[in-house]
Amino acid sequence: MLNRLFTDPLQLGLAQALAAAIVAYAVVLVARRRQIHLEREAAIALVRGLVQIVAVGSVLVLLLHSSRWIGAPALAAMIFAAGVTSAKRAKGVPGSLQVSTVAIACGAGSVIAIMTWLGVIHTAITTLIPIGSMLIANAMNTNGLALNRFRSDVLAHVGEIETALALGAAPTQSVADYVQASFEASLIPAIDSLRSLGIVWIPGLMAGMLLSGSRPIYAAIYQFVVLAMIFAASGFTSLVSTLLIRAHVFTAAEQLLLRPGAVAVHSKG
Amino acid sequence: MIVASHLGRSVGGRALVDDISVQVRAGEVLAVVGPSGAGKSSFLRLLNRLDEPTAGTVLLEGIDYRGIPPRELRRRVGMVTQRAFLFPGTVSQNVGFGPRQQGEVISEARAEELLARVGLTGFADRDVTNLSGGEAQRVSLARALANSPLVLLLDEPTSALDDDAKSQVEGLIGDIIRDTGLTCVVVTHDFAQAARMATRALLLQGGRAIRIGPIAEVLNA
Repeated sequence: MLNRLFTDPLQLGLAQALAAAIVAYAVVLVARRRQIHLEREAAIALVRGLVQIVAVGSVLVLLLHSSRWIGAPALAAMIFAAGVTSAKRAKGVPGSLQVSTVAIACGAGSVIAIMTWLGVIHTAITTLIPIGSMLIANAMNTNGLALNRFRSDVLAHVGEIETALALGAAPTQSVADYVQASFEASLIPAIDSLRSLGIVWIPGLMAGMLLSGSRPIYAAIYQFVVLAMIFAASGFTSLVSTLLIRAHVFTAAEQLLLRPGAVAVHSKG
Repeated sequence: MIVASHLGRSVGGRALVDDISVQVRAGEVLAVVGPSGAGKSSFLRLLNRLDEPTAGTVLLEGIDYRGIPPRELRRRVGMVTQRAFLFPGTVSQNVGFGPRQQGEVISEARAEELLARVGLTGFADRDVTNLSGGEAQRVSLARALANSPLVLLLDEPTSALDDDAKSQVEGLIGDIIRDTGLTCVVVTHDFAQAARMATRALLLQGGRAIRIGPIAEVLNA
């Protein structure tokens, strides 16, 4: 219907975005009836998402005509932005911004570097940036899930953790179970994506490759390659972030900092 | 012997513990009493450095505890809290938790000896999910004793138990303290319990020490 009303691609795109946003916002209105208030956060996220993706699209047009060396700084900027976004899921966890940024840089950054060196990801900006951004975005989500789970597990088990400390356990030992649970929980979406690939969903990248005339088998295999890279980047990110965050929730004198309502006093040792 | 010297802790400008000085001699039992919010548990948490003092310090056997590695300090100053917080697994795994942190595995005989001391002979292989509140608290006591501490801190150790379990656990703690000569600091809101367990008392209010002295003098003043 919309494509009959709008012939100009830009107008059609905006109309389609509005239709999709209305459907997305309907969820918010349904949630509101159940006393779940997401109005402000969802509205900001929708507008912000549209503005960001249009801005990125415009930047991509510029990048297409740039040197391929612009890829590395562009990806580094994305990693930092992902770190900032992800750290917000770990409110109150000391050092979450630093941990998130380092973990995503190690996880997504290393997979991008290795796969680019092996020739799995082409160095052309038009390939490197979109594939790289997919890995970074998924690493960001996994990191957010891991830190969020770690935070809630620690807050729910302060008694057990402090009992272990009081018995002479090392801080890392006292939170070992929660580190493991956070790592496992954070990887559930990535594992489910791999499991259901082609059965429950046909990812956009493969659809795009088919539309642009790639051979279907190659498109399918490359889609698997991308998901396997996403799994590797996410897993490595989560591993690094859960290992690093352990040290940040304790003082130098091995006192738990992350406690409900507590403003712990940092110790000098 | 454990000595609190001008010990204090403030958080966000509020003094939870304010300039407390008290000495607990070897083998002595000190009861810390006072109303809710008086700072009793906050004071106890400073003694094994689960929280950091913002003023003063603690001397353990004459040594400033900031010079003792935290894990070593907490092995020497054991703690039993209101809730047992047992770890998933068997009773003997819980009893062996502390020594395991130093790479030691306690023998079956030692585990049985500790369990016998808390009246739980034959409980070693039981899963902790099958214990009553009183039994769990006794395992928690045996677990703290497994580290062979010099000082034992007890934070309302019977307040989460029913009356029967309460008197059993209290009697047990009394026996252990008498038999082992442990230096002990017990936090309780129950004056009668304080009188049964301790020889001296420290009365706190608003984080400050209001009275320190022989139990009868402090409780009856």
